[in-house]
Amino acid sequence: MNVAVGTKQDTFAPASEMGPAPKRIVIAFGFWVFLLSDIVMFSALFAAYAVLAHATAGGPTGAQLFNQVSVAIQTACLLLSSYTCGMMSLARSAQRRDQTYIFAAVTFVLGAAFLFLEFHEFADMIARGAPPQRSAFLSAFFTLVGCHGLHVTAGLIWLGVLMAQVAVRGFRPSVQRRLMCFALFWHALDIIWVWVFTAVYLIGVRP
Amino acid sequence: MTDALYDRAPGEISTSPEAERMQLSDVGIYTIGLALAVIFTATSFWVANTSLLWALGVPIGLVVLAIAQMGVHLVFFLHITTAPDNTNNVLALAFGLFIVILVIAGSLWIMTNLNENMMLSPQGMSLKMQH
Repeated sequence: MNVAVGTKQDTFAPASEMGPAPKRIVIAFGFWVFLLSDIVMFSALFAAYAVLAHATAGGPTGAQLFNQVSVAIQTACLLLSSYTCGMMSLARSAQRRDQTYIFAAVTFVLGAAFLFLEFHEFADMIARGAPPQRSAFLSAFFTLVGCHGLHVTAGLIWLGVLMAQVAVRGFRPSVQRRLMCFALFWHALDIIWVWVFTAVYLIGVRP
Repeated sequence: MTDALYDRAPGEISTSPEAERMQLSDVGIYTIGLALAVIFTATSFWVANTSLLWALGVPIGLVVLAIAQMGVHLVFFLHITTAPDNTNNVLALAFGLFIVILVIAGSLWIMTNLNENMMLSPQGMSLKMQH
C-alpha cells in the first residue's frame, strides 16, 4: 500500500509545496485535538474515582446504589444515538436535508432519554441519603458521571443550534464543518460512556 | 481527488482508492460497528453478573472488553485507519492515550503504595502506643 501511495505522490508536487490543507481538514483535526484533551481531563476524573471507589466513609456503596437495568438502558440509548449520529453524517455529506433532520431528531430524543434516566438516578440517590457530600466515593461518582452528563447536555443544545442553522442557512461549508465536529464530539462521548459503565457500574460494584 | 495527498479529517470515511477500503456501503460500516458494539456491551454486562467465571479475572476481562469496544468505535464510527493520510490523527490519538494511561495508572500506583504505607498492623499499633 505504501508503494502505491509513493508512486502516486511522484506525479504530484510534494506536500510541502502544496500550501495549507483545506479548512475542513484543519478544523476537524483541531477539534480532534480538543477532544483528546477533553479525554485527558476525563482521565483525571476516572483516576480520582478509581482511587476513591471504596472510600465510602460508612455510607452506601455502589453495589447498594446502582441499578444495572437503568444503566443498560442508558448504554443502549447512547450507543443507538451514536449510530443515528453516524447516519446523520452520511445524510449531511449527501446533502439530504430531510434525512438529516430525521436522524438528528432521533439522536436528540435518544440523548434526552439518556439524560432523563441519569437525572432520575441522581435524584433517586440523593433522596436515599447518598448526595455528593456524603463520602469521597460519592463525590468522585457525581463529578465523573455528572461531567459526562454535562457534556451530553451541551451536545444536545449544540445539535439543536446546528439544526436551526441547517434550516436557515442550508448546507453551506461552515455549517457542514460544524456538523462534522458535532459528530466527532458525539462519538467521543460514547467512547467515554463505555469506560464509565465499565469502570463505575460494572467493576466499581465488585467487592 | 484533489486532497488525496492531504491528511484526512478525523471522522471522515476514506474515499481515496489507495486506502484499503472495506467492500461495504457507508451505512454498512456503521451497522457493523453497531452490531459489534452491542455484542461487546452485552458481553460486558453478562460477564459482570455471571457466577460462571473466576471472580478475580472478571475486572481484567471487563477492561479488555472496554478496550475492544473503544477500538470498534474508533474504527467503525470515527473511521480511524492505518492509512498514510491518517497518520496525524493516529499520532494525536496515541499521545492522548499515552497521557490517559500515565494519569490513571500513575494515580492508582501511587495511591495504593501510599495506602499500604499508611496501614499499621495491629502489632505495630500496640508498639506505637507503648512509646
